[in-house]
Amino acid sequence: MGKQYKSNGVLVYIEIDHDEVAEVSLELICKARELADQLGVDVQAVIVGESNLDQFAEQIFSYGCDVLHVIEDERLKFYETLPYTFIVSEVIKETAPQIVLFGATPVGRDLAPRIASKLKTGLTADCTDLKIGDHENKKLKKIYKNILYQIRPAFGGNIIATIITPEHRPQMATVREGVIKLTQAQKNRKGVILPFDISLDGVDFVNTYLERTVSEKKINLKAADIIVSGGGGVGSRENFQLIHDLAETLGGLVGASRAAVDSGYIGREHQIGQTGTTVRPKLYIACGISGAIQHRAGMDQSGKIIAINTDPNAPIFQIAHYSIVGDIKEIIPLMIKAYKTKI
Amino acid sequence: MSLNLIVLAKQVPDTHNVTAEAMKADGTVNRGALPAIFNPEDLNALEMALTIKERYGGSVTVMTMGPPRASDILREALYRGADHCVLITDRAFAGADTLATSYVLSLAIRKISNYHLVLCGRQAIDGDTAQIGPQVAEKIGVNQVTYVEKIENLENGEITLSRALGRVTETIRTKLPLLITVTSSANRPRCFGAKRLMKYKKARTSFEIKQEIESSSPTGRYGIEILEEEIAKKHEELKNKGLLIETWTAKDLNADPESIGLTGSPTKVKKVKSIVFAATETKRIEPTEEGINGLIHELIEERTFG
Repeated sequence: MGKQYKSNGVLVYIEIDHDEVAEVSLELICKARELADQLGVDVQAVIVGESNLDQFAEQIFSYGCDVLHVIEDERLKFYETLPYTFIVSEVIKETAPQIVLFGATPVGRDLAPRIASKLKTGLTADCTDLKIGDHENKKLKKIYKNILYQIRPAFGGNIIATIITPEHRPQMATVREGVIKLTQAQKNRKGVILPFDISLDGVDFVNTYLERTVSEKKINLKAADIIVSGGGGVGSRENFQLIHDLAETLGGLVGASRAAVDSGYIGREHQIGQTGTTVRPKLYIACGISGAIQHRAGMDQSGKIIAINTDPNAPIFQIAHYSIVGDIKEIIPLMIKAYKTKI
Repeated sequence: MSLNLIVLAKQVPDTHNVTAEAMKADGTVNRGALPAIFNPEDLNALEMALTIKERYGGSVTVMTMGPPRASDILREALYRGADHCVLITDRAFAGADTLATSYVLSLAIRKISNYHLVLCGRQAIDGDTAQIGPQVAEKIGVNQVTYVEKIENLENGEITLSRALGRVTETIRTKLPLLITVTSSANRPRCFGAKRLMKYKKARTSFEIKQEIESSSPTGRYGIEILEEEIAKKHEELKNKGLLIETWTAKDLNADPESIGLTGSPTKVKKVKSIVFAATETKRIEPTEEGINGLIHELIEERTFG
């Protein structure tokens, strides 16, 4: 261990989600590859867990990773803040990457800030894009070459900010799920697996996991071609059935705005927008959604947008390709009927 | 055991309810026109602290770092049931990113000896970073549990709680002291207590005492000394009644000047672009059977349904 690892590269934290590599981790490898090629450095990754982590190596390498650091211990079965922080911080110290990326998942957003605070470096949350560029500090007459532009929405999605970490290393960011497109995996691409030598003797395992359930209900909104989405204007849980009906008829999935989720019409896993999932389906039908910026930021790249709302001034109409001013209780049954008749 | 509970709160612009008045002609948001509110998930953290206090005994201290006017949310915390409040304010804190902010908050927490639990909202609606909780926990050297939904039990220096990490729901038992972040689905924050409102609407920070006395004194009538005397008197009076909101500055916290404000912030904002949602060419569909039939026909023709 030691100097051989010093990489100045791009390091990705690989998250395991229910015995699979989280999709966002693979997305990050793709982005890391792009950044590393511009910088002329390696893509490294770190994976932490109980055992058999080598099984994921091939997949991780196929998207562009060069070196995978593996840390296994039976006590690392579940994500726990203190030991994971210790381990990933040690990997960062040993490998000295210039950039470290995490998925902006609940785990990533628990772990990354703790590490940034420990290492006293900058961290930008929930980025939607990353680029390499230069920065000139006119006051100090200093030019920073090839630094990381960390691009993220802020202020409830009303602005897009480009954040930089000019003086501190590593430059750290969490990146939102689904904003980076996966590149084509190269099946035979090779990488190096390095077991990371670390002692966990002094580490506090203070959490006892009394109960742990994983909900199977995983809906993959990102992959849907058609999404029918309901908002606060749907009015009730009963009315929300109409959204399910239309989605089912069209072979699409059900989405929701924050207002609908907060009102309890549907579960949070359906939420689309800045704090939910970002989607770009071929067809997005917004029903009773006013179109707050937070929501629009998560769906405005959709191919076709149909908006149905009783309020002719609802902001959603500004980005809709087809606008229908009317009550979903009347419009949706008409749409279902028309579709069934035509097909 | 009398529990010492600390809640970290933030005053934020209400970015979730951007009204037409707050929109500028170019389609961007006039941030100054948004009302300043108690960050919603920090209210959930306060509610959780108050519930714990009611169940196990103890006291709740609410802290906020911000400009002097952030005292508004501290009064709100008092109306809801907080026992003590601290305003952490200093011009030198301005421009802080999450690292510099967490440093200052950690100093303030350390000033309170023997705390058991620090609670804060999962994230603030102006930045949505969710970074302050974990960053503070690291700096005060305690364990953290984020995304907490419920406190199951608390005894003998141990706490059992449940949290939701995406698809995973966990019940964890761990040791105090601990920092937790609380989500909006954890509870429904209580309203103001009428009696508390009557009492604590008179609560003031030293800034406010000074401002109110200065503005009420007819110009030139009082000399500086008399003013200062008046201010000190009012200060003492409020303190005795439990209505003085403590104010801590960089000096009170003995903060390292290199670690606060813009200087102490590793991240810098390079560029900010306001979002303008370009109006799309919209086709108006009549809300009639004929209109809807036409639309569905068009989408089928274009193979939008696949």
